[in-house]
Amino acid sequence: MTAPATVVRSPAEIRRARRLGITYIVLAAFVLWVFGMGSLGEGSATFKLVRPTDRFKDFPDLVLPAAGIAFVIAAALAAFGGIQLTRGFKKLSNVVLAVGFILFIFAFLAWAAAGSSFSLVGMLDESVKRSVPIAMGALAGVMCERVAVINIAIEGMLLGGAFVAAIVGSQFGSFWALVGATMVGVVLAWVLAVLAVRYRVDQIIVGVVINVFVLGLTSFISQRILNQNPHLNNATLLRPIKIPLLGDIPFFGQILFQQNIFVFAMFILVAVMTYSLFHTKWGLRSRAVGEHPKAADTLGVNVYRYRYLNVMMGGAIAGFGGAFYIQGSVGRFDENMTAGKGFVGLAAMIFGRWHPVGAMAAALVFGFADSIQGKLAILKVPIPSEFLLMAPYLATIIVVAGVVGRARPPAADGQPYVKE
Amino acid sequence: MELQLRGITKRFPGVLANDRVDLTVRPGEILGLLGENGAGKTTLMNILYGLYSADEGEILVDGVPRTFSGPGDAIAAGIGMVHQHFMLVPVFTVTENVVLGVEPTRGPGIINMRQARRDVAEISSKYGLEVDPDALIESIPVGVQQRVEIIKVLFRDAEVLVFDEPTAVLTPQEVEEFFGILRGLRDAGKAIVFITHKLKEVLEISDRICVLRRGRTVGERAPGEVDEATLAEMMVGRPVELVVQKAPARPGEVVLEVDDLMVFDDRDHPRVKGVTMSVRAGEIVGVAGVQGNGQTELVEALTGMRHPFSGAIRVLGEVVTRESPRGYHQRHVAHVPEDRQRAGLVLGFTVAENLILDSYYGEPFSHWIRMDWDAIRGTGRRLVEEYDIRTPSIEIPVSNLSGGNQQKVIVAREFSRDVRLIIASQPTRGLDVGSIEYIHERIIRQRDTGAAVVIVSTELDEVMALADRLLVMFGGRIVADLDPTSVTSAQVGLYMAGATP
Repeated sequence: MTAPATVVRSPAEIRRARRLGITYIVLAAFVLWVFGMGSLGEGSATFKLVRPTDRFKDFPDLVLPAAGIAFVIAAALAAFGGIQLTRGFKKLSNVVLAVGFILFIFAFLAWAAAGSSFSLVGMLDESVKRSVPIAMGALAGVMCERVAVINIAIEGMLLGGAFVAAIVGSQFGSFWALVGATMVGVVLAWVLAVLAVRYRVDQIIVGVVINVFVLGLTSFISQRILNQNPHLNNATLLRPIKIPLLGDIPFFGQILFQQNIFVFAMFILVAVMTYSLFHTKWGLRSRAVGEHPKAADTLGVNVYRYRYLNVMMGGAIAGFGGAFYIQGSVGRFDENMTAGKGFVGLAAMIFGRWHPVGAMAAALVFGFADSIQGKLAILKVPIPSEFLLMAPYLATIIVVAGVVGRARPPAADGQPYVKE
Repeated sequence: MELQLRGITKRFPGVLANDRVDLTVRPGEILGLLGENGAGKTTLMNILYGLYSADEGEILVDGVPRTFSGPGDAIAAGIGMVHQHFMLVPVFTVTENVVLGVEPTRGPGIINMRQARRDVAEISSKYGLEVDPDALIESIPVGVQQRVEIIKVLFRDAEVLVFDEPTAVLTPQEVEEFFGILRGLRDAGKAIVFITHKLKEVLEISDRICVLRRGRTVGERAPGEVDEATLAEMMVGRPVELVVQKAPARPGEVVLEVDDLMVFDDRDHPRVKGVTMSVRAGEIVGVAGVQGNGQTELVEALTGMRHPFSGAIRVLGEVVTRESPRGYHQRHVAHVPEDRQRAGLVLGFTVAENLILDSYYGEPFSHWIRMDWDAIRGTGRRLVEEYDIRTPSIEIPVSNLSGGNQQKVIVAREFSRDVRLIIASQPTRGLDVGSIEYIHERIIRQRDTGAAVVIVSTELDEVMALADRLLVMFGGRIVADLDPTSVTSAQVGLYMAGATP
């Protein structure tokens, strides 16, 4: 009863393969002309892999001839393009895309750092930090969309979490700040759930309304109260924790094992969510509710209860992630300080194909794009800083527009469930 | 376990769906529940399964009255249901679908997949329901999906199994196989309710037949004491013509030519893989096949709703491969779409508006930018009369009409002009017997006046009765070109299943 196994490439696949191939070639040409020719005679780029405060501070720097590296990478990208256009990479195509992307970035960094030195470890450390709120937003999104509730309000939940973390943290300390931020996320998510699940209001509209509400309220209180009472907006930062032994590993130890608890929480959350979604009763039922709620209902799974529960857990994650801005980053609340990171989180969720690991990986990419502009300003790169500020959003658009192939959302995503 | 329904009554706004229905099913028997669409079969079963609550009446399990407030209660009482539209999660494996809701665990909340897989394998071997526990639902054929549904029900220790129109999606061979499974379940002491509107099948498999009409039980018979005609009369309430009367076809010039057509679906899968066919004026070509073998995409390509990837389509010698639906319309092609409510009508528009949906943009219905409502109403009234559309007014939304009358609106709109080619997909799906007779008669009349007709239907009996030439579609290809008068449905069924005899 199986159909004959003819391999037919669909028009969209062919188009995508061709587009990818041409992209590689264009990138190769760009790397060759701009980065390669541009850094001829500029000398070597020095990448620092450890910090002066590290235990192995004498770990050697990575010194590379900038132009030479650019030529090698251009050749590699051109080869990718050639293979893509002729044979195709088949299942490996996304892996190759990721490698090509990393190579391109590396050529860019070598060009930018040509003739001077640049702290690679510092930038990657910054990338991980900046990816935390994005990842938390993305994980909150996964939580909600796996049960088919679209949560646009993640931005508002991050902002609300940050706001409460600042005030509570200033008065009662960091522990209560985290609790408070989490609770705010839960309350906002509960509002979303009641309106979207019970009253079946359009989920996008509810989300936008929550965002506008939180932005307005926090900005108002911030201007009227916090500005006059600085002691209400002065929370203490959580110090980085260095994990014994692992934290001493040169390069990687600094990036992964000497971080504040938000970074560790992100890693733990990804692991717990991945296991739970794919190996527990809760996970199986949640996914069923997102894919085919009616099937779940006819088997006695309470669709509404799962939607409420998961949306509120998603809110808790987003609220907690918001506290990162205060306890993990700057210690004080500013108006609209999340600046759209909740939406970037949703893009990361799509990029990561609704999988916790993918969502975090995507968040790391966005975090990297975000940190790159801060670091490059120091190197006096001849690109306007406004343009560099755009980089993460440009990356978002390119990614969401389907560079990685079409991802399949949960089948019932965004549809309210009407029990007959 | 004996199950009894007593005096079940269910009202929906404006409709009495069930009117004091009594029904009993005992262990070790197959009860056939026969009725037309809209007779209240599905409502009754949804009440039994706890999806609806009855306004009056009671459900007795082994003589004890029970109330079910949800499917969970019904499952706990030993009632299992295989729904008409399968309730399977396409991206889950067979095992995941079976255990969903009653997962075996090890440790707090952690699913014991190994045991689940073992349980599934055990049930499937015990009842002869062959499946691969690790296969993804979306990758297995419909017949196997149905077995998964049965395993799901048995995994929950059901004693009463309800099947709602289970044969609608199966090939004749799969139906035979399915009946074998049903008999096995009956002999294992299960009580089985088999809901259908197909007379032949209910006579073949049931031990007892109960007929529903307009929400009421109109009689109970043993299959030995009735024939198809009697059952049809009980079901419809009047004598019914079961065979289609038509004169032999007199094919003329070639109207439609399709050459090596290839079409992709929305998810970028090839669905039509090189179809070549031609249809002449004055003949009806039937396209049979199990649902999902490319018929939908073929029809969409033949009416301009989906651009083919490669190949060519010619109507009356003119190449129309990449024409728009309006382009087809202007070349005298009529289209009766598969999903009448989504593709055939604008449900919120009035009957009159729906009757001119294809030609509103030109004379006589509009002049430059102004609509001529008098002309529209005049045409509306004329067509309602001519095509016997039962509606209180031409000014009410078409959504208020019954399914049969909605289909008549489409047929009236499409057939009431100079038509050279008719593409009709599932033209009688879900209609009552009276409307089916009417639509068939209209199609044959069009053929006799010289139109070329393509009928695509998954109801094999219907295509066999209507078609002058029968094509069978499987896996996106035409696998057979047959003379319907000289083949049996069993032979056609083999082609539909992909076998080449």
